Amino acid sequence: MAANVALLGEAPFLILQLLLDGLMIGAIFAVAAYGMALVWGVMNVINVVQGELVMLGGFIAYQLTLWGLSPLWGIPVAATVLYVIGAGLYHGVIRRVADRDMFISLLATFGLSILLQQLMNQIWGGDVRTAQSGLGTWFLLDGTVTVPQMKIAACGGAIALGAVLVLFLGKSRIGQAIRATAQNPRAARTLGIDTNRVFAVTYGINAALCGAAGALVVMAYSVHPYSGLPYTVRSFMIVIVAGLGNLPGVIAAGLGLGAAENFAGFILGVQYQVAFVFILLVVILVVRSTLLQRRRQYLE
Amino acid sequence: MTLRRQPLLLLGVAAAGIALPFVAPDYRAQIAMLWALVIMAQTWDLTGGQTGYNSFGNILFFGVGMYASVVVQRDAGLDYFPGLAFGMVAGAGIAASLAVLLGSVILRMRGHYFAIATLGLGIAAGEIAGGWDYVGAGSGLSPPLFPAPPATANLFFACLFFGFAAFVFAGLAVLYRTRFALALNAIRDNEDKAEAMGLRTGIYKIAAWTMAAFVLGLVGGAMGNMLGFVDPRDTAFAGATFGVWMVLMAILGGKGTLWGPVLGAIIFHIAQELLWTHLLGWQRVALGAIIVGIVVFFPQGILGWARARWPAREGARA
Amino acid sequence: MPRGWAVVIGSAVLGLGILAAGGAQAKVEGDTVHLGAAVSLTGKYTTAGEHTRRGYDLAVKTINEAGGITVGGKDWRLNVIYYDDESTPARGAQLAERLINQDGVDFMLGPYSSGLTKAIAPVTEQYGVPMVEGNGASLQLFDKGYRYLFAVLSTTEQYLASAVELAAELARREGRDPATLKLAGAFENDPFSQDIRAGVLADAARLGIRIVIDDQLPPELNDMAATLAKAKALKPDILVVSGHSKGAALAIRQVEEMRVDVPMLAITHCDSADVIGMFGAAAEYTLCASQWAPTLSYHDDVFGSAADFARTFEAEYGYAPPYQAAQSAAAVLVFADAFERAGGFGKDAVRDALAATRMQTFYGNIRFDETGRNIAKPMVLYQIQDGAYVVVAPTRWAGSEVRHPTPPWSQR
Repeated sequence: MAANVALLGEAPFLILQLLLDGLMIGAIFAVAAYGMALVWGVMNVINVVQGELVMLGGFIAYQLTLWGLSPLWGIPVAATVLYVIGAGLYHGVIRRVADRDMFISLLATFGLSILLQQLMNQIWGGDVRTAQSGLGTWFLLDGTVTVPQMKIAACGGAIALGAVLVLFLGKSRIGQAIRATAQNPRAARTLGIDTNRVFAVTYGINAALCGAAGALVVMAYSVHPYSGLPYTVRSFMIVIVAGLGNLPGVIAAGLGLGAAENFAGFILGVQYQVAFVFILLVVILVVRSTLLQRRRQYLE
Repeated sequence: MTLRRQPLLLLGVAAAGIALPFVAPDYRAQIAMLWALVIMAQTWDLTGGQTGYNSFGNILFFGVGMYASVVVQRDAGLDYFPGLAFGMVAGAGIAASLAVLLGSVILRMRGHYFAIATLGLGIAAGEIAGGWDYVGAGSGLSPPLFPAPPATANLFFACLFFGFAAFVFAGLAVLYRTRFALALNAIRDNEDKAEAMGLRTGIYKIAAWTMAAFVLGLVGGAMGNMLGFVDPRDTAFAGATFGVWMVLMAILGGKGTLWGPVLGAIIFHIAQELLWTHLLGWQRVALGAIIVGIVVFFPQGILGWARARWPAREGARA
Repeated sequence: MPRGWAVVIGSAVLGLGILAAGGAQAKVEGDTVHLGAAVSLTGKYTTAGEHTRRGYDLAVKTINEAGGITVGGKDWRLNVIYYDDESTPARGAQLAERLINQDGVDFMLGPYSSGLTKAIAPVTEQYGVPMVEGNGASLQLFDKGYRYLFAVLSTTEQYLASAVELAAELARREGRDPATLKLAGAFENDPFSQDIRAGVLADAARLGIRIVIDDQLPPELNDMAATLAKAKALKPDILVVSGHSKGAALAIRQVEEMRVDVPMLAITHCDSADVIGMFGAAAEYTLCASQWAPTLSYHDDVFGSAADFARTFEAEYGYAPPYQAAQSAAAVLVFADAFERAGGFGKDAVRDALAATRMQTFYGNIRFDETGRNIAKPMVLYQIQDGAYVVVAPTRWAGSEVRHPTPPWSQR
């Protein structure tokens, strides 16, 4: 561990490399987290199947490459397919648990995540899949720091997705309905908004976001049927830190998490990187509950 | 009341439990697993069903018990049985202390935050064990071989787990008639009110979780020896199997009841042994579908459904 | 607690008892010998588990179509009873019990992966059931004194030993002392790769090679950037990566992406990860440890040559056989041979016949030492040259000279 820290001092370009790598993957975390915040805020459901939707988007893009298409097509195709799947999941399952105790929706989406994992495993097999985008690599500082263009593209794509979503929520009719429902479902219903449809669209949009993010993941990194959970957990952490409906916060938290993870993996050893993520989750929850407790005491 | 009303029935179940491994000697390994699952569901329900704190990470205590026991057996230089006994107690002790330590922080969180925090703890523990050389890191650990033929070993574990299950059942049956259980139920039904009425909810929650942890630690220690191989993610901190199953079994049978988790575990295990192995590849699809189905359409579980269906037969409940 | 539900519980317990009364059936019935196997059809080893099952199936089918095996003057067919171990050791051990106790199986074929074999071997050992396995390579399987475990494959410490040896040899040829070499390693955190790690570290220590990176990769990881960034700073002469197919794909992809210039990259599981198909030119120069290659000159009566096996397999399943399938098929051949020599189906007679095995299969020579390891078959080392796997070591089968060092990315 000390040796790793010393190495950072000897080769400072590593700091830049780790930071860039972390920020690039952090952007993808932010997209998945934004979708989760949307569902959470609008329909009060913590969507544990988030990571599996990301993986599914990746597998769809991968499937396109098997058919000889460029995986870049995967971004719109996965988003569209996932929108339909998401709306279907809403009508089949989520609708029935949305207004119940949160533990029920937690467990139901958890069941969905197991189901999807295994379906993907049956369809695409238990191998790691990647799709070659055919993009090259940039070199900084005399070749010591490398930036795969695909990762930059993924990062840019993630930001673009966020921007499109913000515009959509702000300008479009249904986007306004979504925001209205998030603020007060009962009032929205009274004013003639079909909240059931709003929920379905919201869940579909979240799934589409995940699908597009997944297509970016399969090109820049890799997908695997069982690799979804870390994305779910990261989304959850980001939402807790940033709060609901706080897009700049989500982006900042996503990028920060990506960078923190990469440094932790480097310094502690990669074998503890996943442990770091989950322990960070617990720490964040503890801090949150302590802060809330303090606030409660003020009120008293 | 149950106990008084149905002594014959209890005796019958107990006799069947004792007789099973002798009637069906070929199935001893499955019988042992059955009782272990019953205990897992029972202990999960103590916090999940009775207190309203749904943990996704009780597997943590199971895994800690398993590792601690096998490490003690490896390093203490005792014979098999003293080593096992000492190891199991040590594992249970460590698991219980962990529950006190972690619980005093984590149990302050409400509802789903608690659920997700425990999920994180369970996974993190598996990852840490998988990187820690002292406990074999990713290669896992092998407990010492049972000093007798396998039929005897399986008989031993079947009896051991049955004994535990019976003990836990009796313990819970007594516990659920005390003020302690009333306090737990008050926390489940409305924690703020319970607190407002002067109940020191923190102590009760921690106590309940610690009891569950202690028992799970014991079970984990014995299970490591029964399975003969400790793997960080797949046998010890096996969130994807035992960890999920214990929640599912308790809900299937009926959360917050004495018999529900027992019934749920028995049905789950028999169904699994009969059907699971023939699904060849589709069993986790089925598991996911079952979870969704139960949660969406049958959240009250078998006993909850029965209670709603035949309220007259319910009478005074245990 | 209503009385009705107690009755349900009671009958459920009884049901288990009735189920039990079904009891063990015969492992040899009519003219069929049943072998048992728990393989991974779900979970992380799905793909390799499928290769394993196909290897078994193909061998069983080929043997049966050729008239089966002759034991005690009678012809017998083989059959395999499968269960899915879900890639978890706990399930594997349970299913082994089930195969032996309830299905009455007296002979087991191995599961996929060292971890599963570690979980199942104590069970088969205790019941005295011979197990021939082709996919548990961990050396730790063979220091426990198991008498009923036989492995047709080479054990883990040999996987990348030839690569380390080769690096030292090439250094000497260039007039460099091998002790000046630097080795970087990244190994998945599972029994198989940790054993490979132990083997590589031991070889490096013997040759005086310095270890500059020794990272353990978690199974969920899909990014090796941190390890490779270190490699860029420390400039090792050899980079060794072991992490089943996942690790192989990740290593080749990111070494290219990050332009890590390392003279020698040695990995495992190239062919099962199909790195040539996935990465094309980026996979060039990579060294791959393999248990078997279709170009080897082995031969047997069931399948013919190694190349014949590859053709038969491809005709049946539509893809070239990875070595996992080949060694699984070989395990069945070993059992068939032992049955015929034992002249019966007694567990101990078959066990002794297995221990005395001296045969050549399309997969390689097979002779077990007293721990049950096959000591008659070496590992081979491929190099990816011009989009094909070419054997470069050991020299006896080398189809071509190794290309070394790997040129820097700026010149590729």
